[in-house]
Amino acid sequence: MQRLLLKRIQAGLEGLGEFAQLAIDTAWSIRYQRPSWRHFVDQLHFIGVKSQSVVLTTGAATGMVLCAQTYFQFHKVKMDTATGAVVSVGMCSELGPVLAGLMLTGRVGAAMSAELGTMKVTEQIDALRTLATHPVDYLVVPRVLATIVSAPLLTAQSVVVGILASYLIGVNLLGIEGAYYLANMRRYTDPVDVLTGLIKAVIFGTIISLVSCLKGLGCRQGAEGVGHATTESVVAASISILVVNFFLTLLLTRLFHG
Amino acid sequence: MIEVRDVHKSFGTQAVLRGTSLRIGKGEAVVIIGRSGGGKSILLKHFIGLIRPDSGNVFVDGKDLAPMDERDLLPVRRNFGMLFQMAALFDSLDVFENVGFVLRREGRHDEAEIRRLVAEALDMVELPGIEKKMPAELSGGMRKRVGLARAIVYRPSILLYDEPTTGLDPVAGARIDRLIRRVWEQLNVTSIAVTHDMKSARTIGNRIVMLHEGRIHADAPTEEIFASTDPILYNFVNGIATERTEPT
Ligand SMILES: Nc1ncnc2c1ncn2[C@@H]1O[C@H](COP(=O)(O)OP(=O)(O)OP(=O)(O)O)[C@@H](O)[C@H]1O
Ligand SMILES: [Mg+2]
Repeated sequence: MQRLLLKRIQAGLEGLGEFAQLAIDTAWSIRYQRPSWRHFVDQLHFIGVKSQSVVLTTGAATGMVLCAQTYFQFHKVKMDTATGAVVSVGMCSELGPVLAGLMLTGRVGAAMSAELGTMKVTEQIDALRTLATHPVDYLVVPRVLATIVSAPLLTAQSVVVGILASYLIGVNLLGIEGAYYLANMRRYTDPVDVLTGLIKAVIFGTIISLVSCLKGLGCRQGAEGVGHATTESVVAASISILVVNFFLTLLLTRLFHG
Repeated sequence: MIEVRDVHKSFGTQAVLRGTSLRIGKGEAVVIIGRSGGGKSILLKHFIGLIRPDSGNVFVDGKDLAPMDERDLLPVRRNFGMLFQMAALFDSLDVFENVGFVLRREGRHDEAEIRRLVAEALDMVELPGIEKKMPAELSGGMRKRVGLARAIVYRPSILLYDEPTTGLDPVAGARIDRLIRRVWEQLNVTSIAVTHDMKSARTIGNRIVMLHEGRIHADAPTEEIFASTDPILYNFVNGIATERTEPT
């Protein structure tokens, strides 16, 4: 039992070490190698542009339920107009970045690890190395950069759509006074909340892309290996996002609010 | 010059290389033979630093690969061209981008020049004009020949071929054998090929090395190998299955 636990801890630390190594390699490559803009743009298209529908739908759905649920509770104490404030702060600093991060993990992270895993299994990664090309330069850097750029933009989009959707529900369906809804929203939402969300999104984007690339490049043989790598990358990235989010909330609140 | 000194390599509990030592001089044409699953591909990947030994050393042109990290290895690998057993073409790139990969990344040639060199290489493997095709549209044998074109187009000084003719029909196979021979003669390269096919071994190589149970079992000029009476070698060369060697 104890040995098993120790083994798990050791595996976890090793994973963390590999993650750090890949992060360092990637940072080094960005700094000292000329990144391939063509691949960056391709990735930006796939990761950023094509994820919009998923992320926007998530944002809208979240904004709507958050609004409805908050309203039902606040209505009891006659605080209907505060609903907008709760929705907006919640979306900007927590739900927006976390849900966008999780959706991106499912859509983009899974695709990345499956693609790199297949390349590994079919010896394409070895071929790349033989052709005097570092896999980090050619494969990892464009993906990481594109995810880091896309994540905050997608998060911002999803937050805006979420708030708009909540306005529609709150004002048109639940009958909250529109002017007060907006006024309270503006009064209680600090620019710092928006900044918090965007910082989180950048960090989540980094985590998603690095974890997925790491799992893909470390893929074991066969179709089973690819499946395994994909599952692992989605699980690892999702859990990391949730854990890191908690600490980021503590840290950023300390930093920005006192 | 490539030297492998007492290399050991295991995967889990399976010891694949158990003290392999081998020296290959500049300009030689060597064929590595051995049972399927015997570690020939693994050995080939050691030459080029794709796999690192558990113990032992690999030297390329006198330089030890062990202390080099992945980035130090890249310029060393530039001297090598490798044809992978399954061709390992990049499936998101078309044939032109595959074959011209190194030339384009190096940026030393302009696009027109690269087009010319790629067309020339494809001509050599008898697949002219297929630049626009994707790897998924090619047959296994065609992929292999494109892989060969990709390996020779940037004029490396050492060529590694992992089973260049398996999966080709006999005529195409014989053509590839002759092509490998011609590349060796005309381009002044060191040529190292892994094969099961004794007929192609005779064409491609001047020297045959047999890998058996993780060690070099035999190492001699081609004709000596074919004339050998050593039982393991004799059975392998003549395709005789005995009771003691388990089937593959
Ligand atoms: N990445 C790996 N992980 C675990 N085992 C491996 C790996 N690569 C190869 N092996 C094992 O090492 C052994 C030697 O493999 P290798 O591919 O070198 O054989 P080979 O001599 O090239 O055979 P063939 O002629 O069939 O290509 C095999 O038994 C294989 O199962
Ligand atoms: Mg092999």
